Amino acid sequence: MNWPLIISNTLFTAISIQAIAYVLAAIGLNMHFGFTGLLNFGQAAFGAVGAYTFAVLAGQGIPWPASGEPPWPFGQPWPWWAAALAVIPAAMVLALLLGIPTLRLRADYLAIVTIAAAEIIRQALIAPKLDERFGTGGADGLQGFTGGIEKINPWNGRTFYLWKQPFDGHQAFMIVAGWSLVALCSVGMWLLMRSPWGRVLKSIREDEDAARSLGKNVFAYKMQSLIIGGVIGAFAGVVFAVGGRAAAPNDYATAFTFFAWTVLILGGAGRIKGPIVGGLIFWLIIGFTEVFLSQVTRNKVVPTWLVNENNFGLLRFMFVGLGLATLVVFRPQGIFGDRREQAFDVR
Amino acid sequence: MSAETIPVPQPADGAAGPLAGIAHEPGVAKPDPLLVVDGMRRAFGGLVAVDVAHVEFQRGCITGLIGPNGAGKTTFFNLITGFDTPDAGTWSFDGKPIRKASPYRLARSGMVRTFQLTKSLTRLSVLENMKLGALDQRGESVFAGLLKPLWRDQEREIEQRADDLLQRFKLDHMREEFAGNLSGGQRKLLEMARALMADPKLIMLDEPMAGVNPALTQSLLGHVKELRAEGRTVIFVEHDMDVVNDISDWVVVMAEGRVLAEGPPASIGANPAVIDAYLGAHHDLDLGDEQ
Repeated sequence: MNWPLIISNTLFTAISIQAIAYVLAAIGLNMHFGFTGLLNFGQAAFGAVGAYTFAVLAGQGIPWPASGEPPWPFGQPWPWWAAALAVIPAAMVLALLLGIPTLRLRADYLAIVTIAAAEIIRQALIAPKLDERFGTGGADGLQGFTGGIEKINPWNGRTFYLWKQPFDGHQAFMIVAGWSLVALCSVGMWLLMRSPWGRVLKSIREDEDAARSLGKNVFAYKMQSLIIGGVIGAFAGVVFAVGGRAAAPNDYATAFTFFAWTVLILGGAGRIKGPIVGGLIFWLIIGFTEVFLSQVTRNKVVPTWLVNENNFGLLRFMFVGLGLATLVVFRPQGIFGDRREQAFDVR
Repeated sequence: MSAETIPVPQPADGAAGPLAGIAHEPGVAKPDPLLVVDGMRRAFGGLVAVDVAHVEFQRGCITGLIGPNGAGKTTFFNLITGFDTPDAGTWSFDGKPIRKASPYRLARSGMVRTFQLTKSLTRLSVLENMKLGALDQRGESVFAGLLKPLWRDQEREIEQRADDLLQRFKLDHMREEFAGNLSGGQRKLLEMARALMADPKLIMLDEPMAGVNPALTQSLLGHVKELRAEGRTVIFVEHDMDVVNDISDWVVVMAEGRVLAEGPPASIGANPAVIDAYLGAHHDLDLGDEQ
């Protein structure tokens, strides 16, 4: 058993780019569910839209459908910052498409529509036709769109160590940039939630008819919440894709959404620091079980008929599930929730 | 505080103040109506829940809306306040016809309602509940919300107003509590106080005394009378006839969706149509004695 490796690998997983992506996705969900009471089960849709908007624009650019010299902005890569800015309107369009038909209805309808939309987007990204028209890469996804970011990265080509765990300059840069984005989003969220605007959102979470009776345009507020949380979710996708230097349709399957939900519930919905703490804990558990079980099975510490090198991966999620179930039983408000709030029957 | 407020003299059968000398008949015209409803109709499938030909509510008065269960009182409330859409009908508020009846627009125009089942926002503090009620808050726009200097002064002023109201409604000791920790009666008080934060012209109370103990009922009654003293108009739904007789200047009786009778409280109890609606047309006949 190589304990230094186990520990350093676990710690690295907890601060890794994956962890950042899920923390960001959970911050978006916190805006939706924790503060507004919107059930968004399609955060993967926002992640996919963010990742692909960036990957297409910063990679090859959108193919020009006609023949001849493509006019700007078609057929050429965009600068990385322009591609990143374009993620915002793309996520807004998705939020409007999801929100306009459903936000006037009961909460369950948004849940149904978002979970379906996420799958529609993932399946559409696999389609070769979409690749022909927009250069989305089909089932293989896209690579080679991180050049612009690698150019501005001062640590490019270097290798770093977290104790025993090596990682390259690109990862280092994305970890710093990603956690900065997490901090920025959290501060923005904190500023919004202490304002009267945040108070209206919370009142909608509690009882939207009461908010209406006090002169609040509930639909407009829900839409704003969906847009803001969606844009943050889209940047989760960007971080994920740039960090891994690839955008693939199956990265944005339902697991993306439900990991983000797990992170949010673990940390405590409706708390600013909930997603951050939840993300750290979630990835500590995932990282530890991964490397620990891998070591255990390789060194044949447990009998191979019980668990071996090929199937230990499944055990990880059993442990996460067990941890989550224990939490829900003994601390239903999450790590940072307020027990008193749980005592009230919300609906 | 309820005993010494506004002694409105109530003659044996007639109404006091601006409503004196008005005929006691359904749909009668009032001297200065704040709310006028015409031909309002709402059917749920085959059941006509509300079918009001014409009714006016006098400005600055407390009007009680009574009727047996299922008379359509709450549905009528929902239609007026935009929480439900009528199949037909028009209504005007403060002289302006209402076209787009969305609840938040009506609330902003000065018509605020409370609910039969109180809607206190349980996971917000009592103070936050109150502050939510204020209209035209600069900080309620998403961009201004980010910048505290833009709304700090207004917020301070709103908090002052909220504290004054909490004191008046004797909820100031619960200021920082979650609203979910209040008793049923305190929630009724909070809902009424919160509605006042919007400074409404018309306040519509749906069964404000339901489930409230007798001692608190007295204080609630006092608060309702204070609203009238401030020049606000009150319309309320209530089943307890003692309450209705005590505070209302005028009573509108609904049955089966229609306005059955109108008049000052003293005239209502003697009205044969009202007795029929509540007790049945043949309530005084012994069916066994029929030939």
